[in-house]
Amino acid sequence: MFPIIAQNILNALQLGSVYALIALGYTMVYGILTMINFAHGDIFMVGCYLSLAAALFLLGLPLHLPAGLIFLGALLFSMLLTAILGVAIERLAYRPLRQAPRVSAVITALGVGLFLENFTLAILGPEPRHFPPLIAMTPWQVGGLSLTLLQLLILIVTALILVLLDLLVRRTLMGMAMRAISDNRPIVPLMGVSVDRVISFTFALGSAIAAAGGLLYGLAYPVLDPYMGIRIGWWAFISAVVGGIGNIRGAMLGGFILGAVEILTPMVLPSSTYRDFVAFSLLLLLLVFKPTGLLGRPLFERV
Amino acid sequence: MTPILEIKDLWHFFGGLCAVADFSLTVQPGDLFGLIGPNGAGKTTVFNLITGVFRISRGRIFFRGEDITDWRSPRIIAAGLARTFQNIRLFKDLSALDNVLLGASARHDYHLWDALFHTPRFQRVEQRWSKRAYELLARFNLTRYAATPARHLPYGDQRRLEIARALISAPSLLLLDEPAAGMNEAEATDLINLIRDLHREFSLTILLIEHQMRVVMNLCQQVTVLDFGETIAQGPPQEIQQHPRVLEAYLGREGNTSEQWPLSSNQ
Repeated sequence: MFPIIAQNILNALQLGSVYALIALGYTMVYGILTMINFAHGDIFMVGCYLSLAAALFLLGLPLHLPAGLIFLGALLFSMLLTAILGVAIERLAYRPLRQAPRVSAVITALGVGLFLENFTLAILGPEPRHFPPLIAMTPWQVGGLSLTLLQLLILIVTALILVLLDLLVRRTLMGMAMRAISDNRPIVPLMGVSVDRVISFTFALGSAIAAAGGLLYGLAYPVLDPYMGIRIGWWAFISAVVGGIGNIRGAMLGGFILGAVEILTPMVLPSSTYRDFVAFSLLLLLLVFKPTGLLGRPLFERV
Repeated sequence: MTPILEIKDLWHFFGGLCAVADFSLTVQPGDLFGLIGPNGAGKTTVFNLITGVFRISRGRIFFRGEDITDWRSPRIIAAGLARTFQNIRLFKDLSALDNVLLGASARHDYHLWDALFHTPRFQRVEQRWSKRAYELLARFNLTRYAATPARHLPYGDQRRLEIARALISAPSLLLLDEPAAGMNEAEATDLINLIRDLHREFSLTILLIEHQMRVVMNLCQQVTVLDFGETIAQGPPQEIQQHPRVLEAYLGREGNTSEQWPLSSNQ
């Protein structure tokens, strides 16, 4: 029994890593704009395709690059381009609506998501694409557990990103400015900080992290289609809400919880088709008892 | 000598309401200048216009000879201006240290790249500013609160933290918006001494909005009085104190002029 549970926890960590990485984008944008960027799941999808394109390109070169280099190349390429995409979306679609009612921005975000899906569909067609196996999938047997190099890589890259992001937000001036905006936005310009620049940076950061998630996801679950961002986006969004939207550590925690829900549901319930039901029930229950999420602050604390 | 701040014929309207009418002001380097007037006279509006919070529709503002009328806040702050707020505006969930550090945002001359990869340049800049921030916290007796979220500081300390945050960028002009608001006599006296010391220590020019006459009369060399957006008097405090229109504005027509000035009337 123990090895099965341990194995599933390992699988949950692997999937949870991807959810955590994407949830960060939802939570960071909410933190500074109090807006849900519903296009974020589709930004992840684009990041996934961009890493695929980079990986195929590098594999096609007559250089026989080592897999590690291809991985790094695809990672950097997709992070960079997806960051630019995120900044462009904010500039073109959200910034003009900054003063408009919140609902306009939300509807725009849904529209941007549809645009990204259908644009990808128009260019690449509906056939699923397959991610080339870059990283060895042959499992090592460690104490009854089977662990692949890929799983290890996913966990390490995710941990690295989470630690770096936490440091960035807590220790650097840009991170401080992000926290300052979510704390008291009107006076941030009076500290000499350009709010627009911080917002652009946040979109770049969130999108780049989603692209990293896209590459890791593509390697682990190598079938890509233009609508893949919808379900994963929803799950990541639930992760962010479960952890307490606006709270970065909360998004990380929520991601791993949702990863566990998805992996453990088929162990308890007869079929994995129950996973969405379980995830959304969890969300509803949590919203009833702790509306601000696990690590979120109470909304109305100033009496 | 170029005035450090020169405001020429400034107007501002909220809808149809005239908040600031034809306001002009010249502050020389080293001045400790008072801007006083009853509630709703337009004092804070003037500060908001100077610091780019409101856009200026009529009139011009010069800072050290440069026309800053159309500049946005971050640029104005970077040019060497800093301010505090009438009702305390700190980053309440951030630590006192982070609050002070944020005040120096415009002075952090490294790139994000440096921050992500912890380059020597980043470490140098970081060290310099955190040293400076700790010095300021110490100067304001706030060292023990360095890691405490600002919301947990006592009221008076929050006010002083705001001044510390404004000072870290080494501004050449400091705008203080009712620094004594909500303070009792003893606290206000301490504050008067503090501002006088800071003025000397940091060789600052200070433009001060105040409601408590005692504070202004004790501190300022020059005073401008606003009422309903209009400048009704300008001059050294002793003169202002005798000025009939000022007395009228503050005390009403039948006001008893021999008595002391009205105490703070913060709602």
